[in-house]
Amino acid sequence: MPISFDPTPATIDARERMHRIAVEQMRPVSRKYDEHEHEMPSEFVRFWWERGRMERGRGEGPGDGWVQVCVQAEELCWGDAALYLRIPGPALGGAAVAAAGTAEQKQRFLAPFGSGEPKWGAMAITEAQAGSDAAAIQTTARLEGDEWVLNGTKIFCTAGEAAATQPGGFVVVWATVDKSAGRAGIKSFVVPAGTPGMKVGGLEKKLGIRASDTATLVLEDCRVPRENLLGSAEVKKKDAKKSGDKGFKGAMATFDASRPIVAAMALGVGRAALDFVKEELAKQGFAPRYDAPAHALGAVERDLMEMEAELQAARLLTWKAAKMMDHGRPNNLEASMAKAKAGLAVTRITQKAVELLGPLGYSQKLLVEKWMRDAKINDIYEGTQQINQLIVARRILDYPSSMLR
Amino acid sequence: MIDFEPTEEQQLVIDTVRQFAANEVRPRARECEEAAKLPEDLLARAHELGLVANALPESVGGGGARSAVTSALIAEELAWGDLSLALAMLSPTLLALPVAEFGTEAQQQALLPPFLEPGFRPGSLAWVEPALRFDPLRPATRARRQGDGWVLEGAKCLVPWLAGADPLLVMADDGGSPQAFRVPRDAAGLTATPERNMGLRALPTVELELRDVRVAADARLGGPAGVDGRRLLAQGRVGLAAAAVGVARAAFETARDYAKQRHAFGVPIATKQAIAFKLADMAIEIDAARLLVWEAAWKLDRGEDATREATLARRQIERVALDVTDGAVQVLGGHGYIRDYLPELLLRNARGFTCFEALTLV
Repeated sequence: MPISFDPTPATIDARERMHRIAVEQMRPVSRKYDEHEHEMPSEFVRFWWERGRMERGRGEGPGDGWVQVCVQAEELCWGDAALYLRIPGPALGGAAVAAAGTAEQKQRFLAPFGSGEPKWGAMAITEAQAGSDAAAIQTTARLEGDEWVLNGTKIFCTAGEAAATQPGGFVVVWATVDKSAGRAGIKSFVVPAGTPGMKVGGLEKKLGIRASDTATLVLEDCRVPRENLLGSAEVKKKDAKKSGDKGFKGAMATFDASRPIVAAMALGVGRAALDFVKEELAKQGFAPRYDAPAHALGAVERDLMEMEAELQAARLLTWKAAKMMDHGRPNNLEASMAKAKAGLAVTRITQKAVELLGPLGYSQKLLVEKWMRDAKINDIYEGTQQINQLIVARRILDYPSSMLR
Repeated sequence: MIDFEPTEEQQLVIDTVRQFAANEVRPRARECEEAAKLPEDLLARAHELGLVANALPESVGGGGARSAVTSALIAEELAWGDLSLALAMLSPTLLALPVAEFGTEAQQQALLPPFLEPGFRPGSLAWVEPALRFDPLRPATRARRQGDGWVLEGAKCLVPWLAGADPLLVMADDGGSPQAFRVPRDAAGLTATPERNMGLRALPTVELELRDVRVAADARLGGPAGVDGRRLLAQGRVGLAAAAVGVARAAFETARDYAKQRHAFGVPIATKQAIAFKLADMAIEIDAARLLVWEAAWKLDRGEDATREATLARRQIERVALDVTDGAVQVLGGHGYIRDYLPELLLRNARGFTCFEALTLV
């Protein structure tokens, strides 16, 4: 296909449907769940499970593919980024299973999400002493008979409470089978909700995305079947420790798919703030003059144009990274570029929005201050700004991680 | 469908121009800059590539393949080689493209064929004015009716002035909107004074004074409606923005390559995060700005008003180009300041994008 910026009718349609959900189902309860931190947004969850998810395009077949998925994520996060993270589904845990799991594992863990009660998936990587450096994790997995025994504490697990406790859900836990092996010893394991030995150690109180249940998960002699090692089916028992490389690399590879989505989520928050500022100014009869010479522009016009350009620049990088996935091309570089750009762009855009609106922007009567607080997480999770810069730097310099760390 | 892949034909164009820029343009950049001179043989070579002819209408013997996106791809690659030389090589666009788009049949037949004959034929468009509060859509240069013809009064600057660019187009307010008038180079009342600028030194430019310059009735381009000044301006902004992407990319690549081979404290400086992250940011910003340029170009190709997109893309890349070229000077340290190396030239050229308009068109 030639260079084109024209979404397909299916994408436009999906965007409109998601926009309606954002307006009707998310915005009205946005403030409530920001204030009622950690409370399950039951009506919204129920709505999504019974109706909302049917309205979502799957991004499959010819068309905008992963770009469409990004467009939908942007639209829903325009509604509310924290509620978006509460949407039932396999989420990042599902992405890890899809990327690294065997056919049998995909069937076993993902198929139940098609029916029954709402359920959640989650991914547990971060530990108190291991954030960006995922290879430093201390949680252990030990093979005893036909079971893996997991021990350790995971933090900052998005949707962790729901995934660990609501029936049918699961948490993908990263653990080391051999600390001396470093990165190669790290595997990922599927721990079904309610597994004895896995419990919620607490929920974080956060700057923003307060509706999202960011959990600490404690694993104490938590036993899962050995078939729950992601990518494990083809492995013989004696090779168990060597197996699952696909598990680690595969789980890392899920970031290439998920970072464009996270970037798109960021765009939604940024656009919410920018749209609002422009609408408020329009009510005062103010609109940026795109055809005016630079010297004639006022400070607010300059700010608005920069916000618009930055948001669109981030959006196009995001779509490009997503489109490369559809083309089956490696997008590790582009995914990190998009994530780095979008996270920082919306952090600045939302902060500027508060500034432009003055006391209105600072007031909790409006949602702008919430959007600013919500936006910042996009510069941190799924790889901080700096980790994504590091990945981009390694790629453009053609350096292995040993050369640039 | 949203996509970011050039067509096979466009990719072929990119590859060809990139090779040309690397093998023939870049090696001449410094020498031409220092001598403030254009290499005639290079212009001839550019003409042979048919970069502009391909975009002209079939009715006059052109390739009939005008595309702002393709033109943007070409401008980036050529400007990666050198901005001055790129603008010189693309100067035919300044006359040929507005005539092809807005000119009457008679104007097209009169003005376009020379661009399709053997031998390089430059073009020129006088738009920018030497005034603090210049507004391209409200030029202070006036065209008023006198008898059957027009009288032009005003002043212009940053006017490309290659030998043989005759006639040139002058943008003037005809009492309603900016319109393009063709003016013979030897018209009475037209005075050209060579300029010296911080950058773009290989590109000959002049300040023009127009005093009581009389031109014929058909000097105004187009029929009764004339030209669409907003569209022309957007075409110029996209062209310059694409060129700015090329300048920024040249700076980024120079800095990247230098950082990999320059050692400090026993290791390549590129292995230091202070350098590596700067390079990463450059790469991200250049890629992002390029996509904004493509989007604006794509919108022009659809015949839509691309004023907003062209302006946003241009504002973004003029900042990025300045940051990146300055960053390249910084990465090279003392060497970045020395004229034996490329970055200082790129910085001087990049600085100009905030004051240029319509130095090339797409």
